[in-house]
Amino acid sequence: MPSLKDLKNRIASVKATQKITKAMKMVAAAKLRRAQEAAEAARPYSQRMAAVLANIAQAVGADDSAPALMTGTGKDDTHLLVVCTAERGLCGGFNSQIARHARDHVRKLLAAGKTVKIICVGKKGFDILRREYASLIIDRVDLREVKKIGFENADQIGHKVIALFEKGEFDVCTLFYSEFKSVIAQIPTAQQLIPASAGPVAAEASDASAVYEYEPDAGAILTDLIPRNISVQIFRALLENVAGEMGAKMSAMDNATRNAGEMINKLTLNYNRQRQAQITKELIEIISGAEAL
Amino acid sequence: MVMADFNFELVSPERLLLSEKVTEVVIPATEGEMTVMANHAPTMTTIKPGVVSVKTADGKTERFVVFGGFADILPTGCTLLAESAIHVDELDRTVLENRIDAVRAELEGAGDEKKTRLEQFVAELTKLGEIVIPA
Repeated sequence: MPSLKDLKNRIASVKATQKITKAMKMVAAAKLRRAQEAAEAARPYSQRMAAVLANIAQAVGADDSAPALMTGTGKDDTHLLVVCTAERGLCGGFNSQIARHARDHVRKLLAAGKTVKIICVGKKGFDILRREYASLIIDRVDLREVKKIGFENADQIGHKVIALFEKGEFDVCTLFYSEFKSVIAQIPTAQQLIPASAGPVAAEASDASAVYEYEPDAGAILTDLIPRNISVQIFRALLENVAGEMGAKMSAMDNATRNAGEMINKLTLNYNRQRQAQITKELIEIISGAEAL
Repeated sequence: MVMADFNFELVSPERLLLSEKVTEVVIPATEGEMTVMANHAPTMTTIKPGVVSVKTADGKTERFVVFGGFADILPTGCTLLAESAIHVDELDRTVLENRIDAVRAELEGAGDEKKTRLEQFVAELTKLGEIVIPA
């Protein structure tokens, strides 16, 4: 049975923790809003990009001039997984969810006899995947120093991926990130980057089937466009990730604050009960002492 | 005569920089500068680093520096997707120099075909610097 003093100390310590989690929640909320704004601001670009890409893809069609980044190498022996996670923990199951999704994928690929290579973006994913697949991780990108994710960060990763592709290091590239649905729901998602799948967008963009003039020609534009599109997809994934991380952190910290509150209530009750018991005990001692006289 | 206007949008990956009714836009396309006005034939073109100058419907002129990208031109509007874009007033020499340095660093390890492209890019950036920022 802890003494009164112990209880008092524990209450104080839980209270201090609660203060921290509360502050972290508020910080996360503010950052979430900013992250959401950034994601919102980036949307027009990726939407236009998808529409334009679909348009050109249609124009080029099944032409042989389509670049390899779009058609792929014709094989699917080696897979590259780009796993984007957060740099920091304390955000509930956010990082482990993405990592688990990636891990399932790796397991499936390995079982099918494929070669797997992994690039980790973000420290947490690296920490988790390192335990099982350390030998498969070929590179990691650290964004710890980056305050606000800019297009350059995504572009760097994009260049890396494309350079690897040009060297023939892999056949299929898949991007793992967490899609931001709402503050409480982030869905780990896998998206195929290379070969670029223009499937769903192609159908809806066909309304603008105006006959375009291309300068230089459609093939050249496509060659220019697709690497850029890869960077844009990565950029979008990173932004969604930041928003998701902050959302997850906010709800995790909210939970922690609530738990701390419950704990304080329980401890206080305990404390009061013990204090009461002690007072009663002292009274009984005095009374029985007086009666004995 | 009142000039016909059309919608012009300048978008960078980070944000929408400009979305306005304009009468005239000069775009530094890879095959030479082109001026887009209303009812232009549908065209798609890539862009080299340069200055985009926009004449808005109320007669003002705005200039932006863009670093590559592409433009999607329709008779009713024009969308410019720039890799990155800055208003001319906000550009200074250090920004440009940083970029040139970055490309030079990339040049080191690049293959032949890429090398030519990058060298061209450096040349364009340098020229751009001379135009925009008087020494």
